Amino acid sequence: MSQSEVKLLEVKDVEKIFNVKVGTFEKKDLHALNKVSFDIFKGKTLSLVGESGCGKTTVGKVILGLYQASNGSVDFQNRDIAQLSPAQRGSLQKDIQMIFQDPYSSLNPRKKIKTILEQPLKIHTKMNKKERLETILELCDDVGIDHSYLGRYPHQFSGGQRQRIAIARAMILKPEIILADEPISALDVSIQAQILNLMMDLKEKYKMTMLFITHDISVVKHLSDYVAVMYLGEIVEYASKKELFKSPQHPYTKMLFSTVPDIHTPLATESVLKTGEIQSPIDLPIGCFFANRCPYKEDVCEKEHPLLIDLGANHLARCPRIGEF
Amino acid sequence: MALLEVNNLNTHFFTRNGVIKAVDGISFSLEEGEILGIVGESGAGKSITGFSMLGLIDKPGKIVEGEIIFNGEDLVKKSEEELQKIRGNEIAMIFQDPQTSLNPVINIGHQLMETILYHNPSVSKKDAYNACIDILKLVGLPAADKRMKSYPHQLSGGMKQRVVIAMALLNNPKLLIADEPTTALDVTIQAQILYLMKKLSSNFNSSLILITHDIAVVSQLCDKIAVMYAGRIVEYGKKEDIIFNPQHPYTKGLIECLPKLDDDKERLYQIPGIMPSLLSLPKGCYFKDRCEYADGECDVYPPEQEINGRRIFCHKVK
Repeated sequence: MSQSEVKLLEVKDVEKIFNVKVGTFEKKDLHALNKVSFDIFKGKTLSLVGESGCGKTTVGKVILGLYQASNGSVDFQNRDIAQLSPAQRGSLQKDIQMIFQDPYSSLNPRKKIKTILEQPLKIHTKMNKKERLETILELCDDVGIDHSYLGRYPHQFSGGQRQRIAIARAMILKPEIILADEPISALDVSIQAQILNLMMDLKEKYKMTMLFITHDISVVKHLSDYVAVMYLGEIVEYASKKELFKSPQHPYTKMLFSTVPDIHTPLATESVLKTGEIQSPIDLPIGCFFANRCPYKEDVCEKEHPLLIDLGANHLARCPRIGEF
Repeated sequence: MALLEVNNLNTHFFTRNGVIKAVDGISFSLEEGEILGIVGESGAGKSITGFSMLGLIDKPGKIVEGEIIFNGEDLVKKSEEELQKIRGNEIAMIFQDPQTSLNPVINIGHQLMETILYHNPSVSKKDAYNACIDILKLVGLPAADKRMKSYPHQLSGGMKQRVVIAMALLNNPKLLIADEPTTALDVTIQAQILYLMKKLSSNFNSSLILITHDIAVVSQLCDKIAVMYAGRIVEYGKKEDIIFNPQHPYTKGLIECLPKLDDDKERLYQIPGIMPSLLSLPKGCYFKDRCEYADGECDVYPPEQEINGRRIFCHKVK
């Protein structure tokens, strides 16, 4: 992965294993993350794409400290933050902020917008009342919230406006990294466009670094610099956005592209039904995790687990048979 | 004769703050085997339109005017008991969230069989069981007989939505109403479910009303499209006309703001602003505050125009 840019956060071989109940007396390991590694560069956006259950949100939670990694490290500001408890993280919270998927449950319904935005400033900065208000008003202009709305409660806003407030809350401390977990999936398509454009503007204005987590590969294009495609807890393809959109290599990435609804392409054919569903992360197969859904599967795929192969130009893919189809 | 004909339907909600005209005089029709897409943003009245068909409007809501002619009979005039015989039988509905549309404490098999046995008490349990297995296989649920004993929480989102679709199809309905059937699902599963719905509706010769906020989904499935805004239809016509030659500024905006895979443009087109509250609608055209073509003419609500079989409400389209 590229050396020319400044690394801000480095995720190295992170594993997350949950011990879950599978029967009345039996417990099994659920491998949510299997040796995930990637770097986030300053001022750049990395997108994590994959279906529900592929571990993309778990990655975000490990970085944020909501989960402690089972193995591996997350290097940030010269220290490993992967195994810190919430108490040990302390001021780290100020530098890593999150935008959640559902703006209906991520804002406290009993607090006014002004209180919601002021709280982080009270906790993490020494600003006085006037400075706090100035910061809030300035940010409100950036995210497009009218100043007169500050005295209102979250229920008085539409989904798109709430997400603007959530973005403002995440940005108010000028964090080093923002994790955005499906920030637009709960919104109407027309409002999605507004929020995506807003995030692009903010990214440019504040040179924002972002980890963008989504299941919809079509929105990735507008925001990312790099894209990592995840499947069952591991990265199956990694490339710069341009490269990935120009020539996706992994069969799973190709499948993601082919299922995006588009007004110019007819509905997929019978073959789409054969693509199946993501399997359970309990009892993972020995071979390629994607083999049971892969249209190009061969015997070898079920015997050996593929490694990430460097295809040149920072393009990695986890499939031994790339170029054969 | 059309299978379904909705004429000047008005479903209003009488709230403390005023009358909300959630559905405000809409008309459309559906032939046998046809697929109609209803598109619009949240709050446009699409779901209420669907609920009105089934008489699922609770207080303070009420169908105040209009008729819903299904198979020659007006559903608006029917009593609750008569409607119960139609629901799940001749007209079935698929709801947005498969998690909440299945009963979590009853197994899948029981819920499916109940649908048959309620409407056809003469069918034996064994026949009903077999019919359920057949339909589960048809919607592509692996290990159908094992799944009959499963509870909803043991299935994934895509599997649950397949069960819900199977349940809707059990009694071979003439009309299927799907309210955002794929919004809660992954894109990959969405493609499978959409394909399945299209295939099944043509197999069973059922008509389908697909309600969604995503015009890309509608374009892949439907024969006809109705675009709704603030309780009214603003454009209605054949799919080809609406998708490839949209005329109403709102329809144009909806199509323009879709993320495109093959386009290299960075920024997306956005429709400015949000839909006005149904309690404080602007005078004249409801869309004028967000419309780039709006001028003084738009202070009067545009009359209906019919251009080559397409109905459209806009002063700027001549």
